Amino acid sequence: MQEVFTKSMARNIYYGGSMFFVLLFLVLTFDTMQTLPERDNRQNITAQVADGKRLWEENNCIGCHTLLGEGAYFAPELGNVYQRFGQNKEAIKAFIKSRPAEGVAGRRSMPQFNFTEEQLDNIVEFLKYSSEIDTNNWPPNIQG
Amino acid sequence: MQYQSQAVAKLYFIGAIALFIGQILFGLILGLQYVVGDFLFPEIPFNVARMVHTNLLIVWLLMGFMGAAYYLVPEESGRELFSPFLAKLMFWVFLIAGALTVVGYLAVPYATLAEMTGNGLLPTMGREFLEQPTITKIGIVVVALAFIYNVGMTVLTGRKTVVNIVLMTGLVGLAVLFLFSFYNPDNLVLDKYYWWWVVHLWVEGVWELIMASILAFVLIKTTGVDREVIEKWLYVIIAMALITGIIGTGHHYYWIGTPGYWLWLGSVFSALEPLPFFVMVLFAFNVINRRKREHPNKATVLWAMGTAVMAFLGAGVWGFMHTLAPVNYYTHGTQLTAAHGHMAFYGAYAMVVMTIISYAVPIMRGQQAKSNGKQVMEMWSFWLMTVSMVFITLFLTGAGILQTYLQRYTDAPQAFMVVQEKVSLFYWMREVSGVVFLVGVILFALSFLPDRKEQEA
Repeated sequence: MQEVFTKSMARNIYYGGSMFFVLLFLVLTFDTMQTLPERDNRQNITAQVADGKRLWEENNCIGCHTLLGEGAYFAPELGNVYQRFGQNKEAIKAFIKSRPAEGVAGRRSMPQFNFTEEQLDNIVEFLKYSSEIDTNNWPPNIQG
Repeated sequence: MQYQSQAVAKLYFIGAIALFIGQILFGLILGLQYVVGDFLFPEIPFNVARMVHTNLLIVWLLMGFMGAAYYLVPEESGRELFSPFLAKLMFWVFLIAGALTVVGYLAVPYATLAEMTGNGLLPTMGREFLEQPTITKIGIVVVALAFIYNVGMTVLTGRKTVVNIVLMTGLVGLAVLFLFSFYNPDNLVLDKYYWWWVVHLWVEGVWELIMASILAFVLIKTTGVDREVIEKWLYVIIAMALITGIIGTGHHYYWIGTPGYWLWLGSVFSALEPLPFFVMVLFAFNVINRRKREHPNKATVLWAMGTAVMAFLGAGVWGFMHTLAPVNYYTHGTQLTAAHGHMAFYGAYAMVVMTIISYAVPIMRGQQAKSNGKQVMEMWSFWLMTVSMVFITLFLTGAGILQTYLQRYTDAPQAFMVVQEKVSLFYWMREVSGVVFLVGVILFALSFLPDRKEQEA
């Protein structure tokens, strides 16, 4: 049989193609990094926000919730929880504080983390900062 | 078995199957927690069970890939493995580090684990799939480097086949991209942007190279079709995987704060992502139809075909379903994501590992294939797992479509927890399918126990 499409052609497509798209991806990444300062709300990353992010991570909040749609799908989206709670920081803190340690019979419930007031403030600041990232208008509505 | 040292793969395969069973048990706990919210609360909260479920998946697949490499690289290179001792040592290091990490997740609150392991010094924890303590991450790097050194030296001093080279590229890519798991800036957008360099570029990039090369190896061995033909297919498949998959990362950049052009780039390239999987289906069926001999291991051939088909459905079709930005706007982070994730991981990666285990284990025992009875049992395990995974996917899809509508699309959007209760019937059906899946996994493991008849003979 005549070989129209040879193995070396296939190999060249593999090497050439992937090299091209790796480079393109790096160029796009570079461009993204240039435009991020206008979108990612970095001017509001305070020490409080940074500490709040650390608390978010060290308590594995992502293991139940989503944040900007990524994480687990067991508990509500938190990227817009600040707006959902009427931009009321105290309401968010009160919710986290009020979780019963033994859960609610038969229902999903959030663990009681026993955060200090300062930690609660930092978490809320982190959630507020997250909610002010320009996400191309996602999520579609207040319910997340 | 051509080379003595290939036997180290067995250790990895046993470890992989054991962890797989563990993964499914935790999956069942999670599934039940979706409908009986306080199940095992507060002892094993959902987030802990989920970490165990997903981390065991990653570890058992990596073990399977390593086992596959230790089995096929010596044979392809035409020489013994560079250091069987190092391979065995690394197995135990990996297993013990993995086990300690899981014990850590289960025994102490995650925040305590983070404190104990010094997350404050170099924070890397608490991000989806990268929940491992920093010291475990360093351990993974050490194991990966030792593994690549071992396999690499074998390839370098032996015959360099296309299968070998593609596998090596995949493995090196896997290790290099994992380094981004150590980068965790305070800026959430940057964090997420580079987090995907590990997660997406693994799953939709380098892992596909590993998967395709393992599949190519098994097809060369079981069909007797000319290596040249198979290698050409292999190049085409992995070329398409990378050409579509690299910029396809864009479908994760829609809503995390990156510029709008990713909506277009992500949509276009990820719409093409099913292509390599479609070609893989053509490849597997074409090669099996043109087979030059009947391999006695029919179960392996079934797994190989199944891998191609299920990877196409799970990664290709279910991925495509909600990958276009206007659709994803409504479906992002819903049960549709879970549906796609389940079938894609099973079809592409779990099944390819079972394919190589199915092929290699009998040979390590000095037979071409298992007894007919054991093969029948293995094929039952194939169908139980595969069919129940189809149902798991369909039920989660049902849940996802309803969720998307009620919570995001209708004029009167309802709250997350309200919607969750409305779709709970789907979660119950998913849980039942999960139990059937577990039966399948156990049958798979049992089918590799030595035959009583053979032992007596």
